[in-house]
Amino acid sequence: MHTKTLTELKAGLAAGEFSSRELTEHFLGRIQQFDADINSFVTVTEQQALAQADAADAALAAGKGGLLTGLPIAHKDIFCTEGVRTSCGSKMLDTFIAPYTATVVEKMAAEGAVMLGKTNMDEFAMGSSNETSYYGPVKNPWDRERVPGGSSGGAAACLGARLAPAATGTDTGGSIRQPAALNGITGLKPTYGRVSRWGMIAFASSLDQAGPMGLSAADCALMLQAMAGHDHRDSTSLNEKVDDYLGALNDDIRGLTIGVPEEFFPDTLDGAIADNSREAIRELEKLGAKVVSVSLPSIKLSVPAYYVIAPAEASSNLSRFDGVRFGHRCDDPQDLEDLYKRSRSEGFGDEVKRRILVGTYALSAGYYDAYYRRAQQVRRLIRDDFARAFEKVDVLMGPTAPETAFKLGDKKDDPVSMYMADVFTIGVNLAGLPALSMPTGFIKGLPTGTQVIGNYFREGQILNVAHKYQQATDWHKQAPVLGGAK
Amino acid sequence: MAIDSKVVAQVAHLARLKVDPADTDALSNRLNDILAMVDQLQQADVTDVAPMAHPLDVTQPLRDDTVSEPNVRDKAMDIAPAAEDGCFLVPRVIE
Amino acid sequence: MSWEVVIGLEIHVQLNTTSKLFSGSKLSTGAEPNTQASLVDLGMPGTLPVVNREAVRKAALFGLAINADICRHSVFERKNYFYPDLPKGYQTTQLDKPVVGAGEVEIQLESGEKKIVRIHHAHLEEDAGKSLHEDFHGMTGIDLNRAGTPLIEVVTEPDMRNAEEAVAFARKLHAIVTSIGICDGDMSQGNMRFDVNVSIRRPGDALGTRTETKNLNSFRFMERAIKLEVERQIDVLEDGGEIVQETRLYNGDTHTARSMRSKEDANDYRYFPCPDLLPVEITDADLDALKASMPELPDTRKARFLADYQLSEYDADLLSGDLATAAFFEVAAKAGGDAKLAANWVMGELAAKLNAEEKTINDSPVSADQLGQLIARLKDGTISSKIAKQVFEACWAGEGDPDAVIEAKGLKQMSDSGELEKIVDDIIANNAPQVEDYRSSDDAKKKKKIGFFVGQAMKATQGKANPQQLNALLKEKLG
Repeated sequence: MHTKTLTELKAGLAAGEFSSRELTEHFLGRIQQFDADINSFVTVTEQQALAQADAADAALAAGKGGLLTGLPIAHKDIFCTEGVRTSCGSKMLDTFIAPYTATVVEKMAAEGAVMLGKTNMDEFAMGSSNETSYYGPVKNPWDRERVPGGSSGGAAACLGARLAPAATGTDTGGSIRQPAALNGITGLKPTYGRVSRWGMIAFASSLDQAGPMGLSAADCALMLQAMAGHDHRDSTSLNEKVDDYLGALNDDIRGLTIGVPEEFFPDTLDGAIADNSREAIRELEKLGAKVVSVSLPSIKLSVPAYYVIAPAEASSNLSRFDGVRFGHRCDDPQDLEDLYKRSRSEGFGDEVKRRILVGTYALSAGYYDAYYRRAQQVRRLIRDDFARAFEKVDVLMGPTAPETAFKLGDKKDDPVSMYMADVFTIGVNLAGLPALSMPTGFIKGLPTGTQVIGNYFREGQILNVAHKYQQATDWHKQAPVLGGAK
Repeated sequence: MAIDSKVVAQVAHLARLKVDPADTDALSNRLNDILAMVDQLQQADVTDVAPMAHPLDVTQPLRDDTVSEPNVRDKAMDIAPAAEDGCFLVPRVIE
Repeated sequence: MSWEVVIGLEIHVQLNTTSKLFSGSKLSTGAEPNTQASLVDLGMPGTLPVVNREAVRKAALFGLAINADICRHSVFERKNYFYPDLPKGYQTTQLDKPVVGAGEVEIQLESGEKKIVRIHHAHLEEDAGKSLHEDFHGMTGIDLNRAGTPLIEVVTEPDMRNAEEAVAFARKLHAIVTSIGICDGDMSQGNMRFDVNVSIRRPGDALGTRTETKNLNSFRFMERAIKLEVERQIDVLEDGGEIVQETRLYNGDTHTARSMRSKEDANDYRYFPCPDLLPVEITDADLDALKASMPELPDTRKARFLADYQLSEYDADLLSGDLATAAFFEVAAKAGGDAKLAANWVMGELAAKLNAEEKTINDSPVSADQLGQLIARLKDGTISSKIAKQVFEACWAGEGDPDAVIEAKGLKQMSDSGELEKIVDDIIANNAPQVEDYRSSDDAKKKKKIGFFVGQAMKATQGKANPQQLNALLKEKLG
């Protein structure tokens, strides 16, 4: 069952080939069998999953199924789930039982989804390798000595290893797309404001966006259909109509214009990575798309702009973790100062602390204009570049990540080189655009991904492009060989 | 703009983080690496460019002035690290 | 050489909305700790703010009331600092683009002089929670019920030159915000809190270093705190010292103030636009609707009182200054049919009694209608002003409407001249020596000596004799 896509499993449930309980037990069994090694889950909610599966079977029997009824899904541990620990990959929240449930989780549950558990992630979503998690690194299922990418590394790895058929992720600078590329799966970051942020623990509020991760574009379309929509509890969620993503999957792409930004293929880029994405673009050309070259001159400043804006917002967002109302509190605080400093220093890991310090510095008196204000100005330049490009093209394409999965520990002590892992994905977050990463081949046995960027609220179109590509190719169907019984 | 261990200490205090004096130099170096990368921003010509705080040019939706939130005190107290009589406890605050 | 005092105020005005600024929590006082603190108010991870429309409307209404520019796209910012009563580690407030821009307020001084105080701006922000220092065996308890309460912070230019001006401004602001219905104005509940910036200089010099005395919650404390701080600064400078820029805390009970060292320590609030909130738009249509809904402002009301009731400038100013007092006065004046009498009673007997029992006019046991009835009886001669005070006391004690009290206690003035004449005749017959003495006196002395007979008559009638009638009768009979 685990080799099937979510879409196929939905059909199987509908046809009565298997029950939701059987399906859920199957994936719980695989988690039990393989995850001690992969480490993609922080918490497995077995009892709750089986109860939801039984309820789903009853609903299906009564003909009252929703979009996702009976389908097992893993949620990134950044989404609050009432009664279940929500750790955000941090010691700070190791014992935090959320008192409420995130809108994304609620909406998917309302459509009948079965929650398998909560997936591992970089601490507070800060990282590109899943090595900053308090719960230890996630291993890449294609090579257990390599990273799965991050920050939604647990989600991507559990999909790659077929321990879950679908997962939610969040993407602040590439945290859905980069791990999707490194694990050979498909992941979509929607337009900023398309999916509610209520209940999603904030990293950088103006960049964070939740999205679906799956084995195919069609699976992502199915999930997004359930996730998207305005939420009155999130002021930044947009009151735009939710398109029929499933209906748009098979739209004709003949005549579609693909823009290829030259900045996504710099001379310094690994030739194999470049060739791989060019090949994917050629495949779409064969399906009738037109290809033109475009330029995004300011995109080269996306990493520096991001590493001011995201830490600045994070430094403020993470102030609420102070040992007073929830989360880690140091033993025997001597005074208020001691309570704050020890609780925070013990609760946060090194990368989180570094980003809080960078953000605090960037916002502090005397530096605001040089850093924060300037980064916000550059942000506008980047958005304007994209806007100009979208006057001429329908989608933009290029590599998702500049390299395949790197070895665990390789960049752990070199933050700046780690930050470059998101060089192609960050600009999209700064502009707020939707973008998808899909598997487009392998280099030395490791998956590679290509990014499809769309205009605002054109999730339907990029899912359509990816779906057409996946109908013509089978990269997304490749699965790693795990140890033990398969 | 390079920062030294003194600035690191000041910023750490603002952020209420404890930095072990033994780690301050190493931390300053890391932060300086990051700031050196970030300094590429100075190359950009941002004359007459308005700062952009949000990806989309939209305005704030407003909420009707009604009471919609339940009393969650019990839930909050359950997860509080130190609480008594419905209050969160902190070391004595002297104004 | 003399010193010139320079005062600027920052006033926190609590808006009387139903729910909080960024959450649907109930706004109220006196609830059990943390029972009115929602997930948002508690700063729970993953929660987000949504702006209360009514809070924006009330802030903008205030802007129009002080002739200020209204910002069409105001922006919320985060002011970052750690404090246990600040659950998110930042206060959501406004800085560069506050909803209310520059405006002005006219104040009237006791001398009759008028003065303009310029408003720099007023911004919307959320209040913090409360730290409770009792009952926690040496620890501090945190109650977040107040966290997220909508405030507007009104910031003046340093236009005031003494405590009297500052208090006149504060009272005027109180009159404005209560008149337009955006604040309940109950000082004892902290509905208005004042921060006072004070500096002194030699006339003509540049501004001196200022100090800020925080959280004054009554007009009287504000006045006393300003005077104390001015004296302190003069002492320091005249002793050759320097004023240190600092925040000070005034203790009204001991009439002392001290420096608050803690909050000054590395003060860097790292303001930046709140990424969870978008610019708040106020359209032309919104402004038109606000203008149309603007209640009567204190200045307009004062002008109306002067014109409609022929009150003195002083009376009109006092009565129009407070919305509740103005409303009470108008009802009493209409019901009683005499504005001057109503004004005297509201500012005299009623005010004294309220003051003595520490009550506000809203809690007055004597209603405006009752006072009106009392004035009507006074005006039609049913009772004398002396008896009126007795009736007022009875009403205050809850003994019923004035008419009922007059009836029950038989306090109606004796208007039957035959009955009074008989009493006067008896008094003259029974007090021959006094009558003799009176008759032999000159006119000036007679005026004094008639008091004895009036007193006897009042005693005999239990005060119910009509004073004018009695006087006339005595004069006639005594000769």
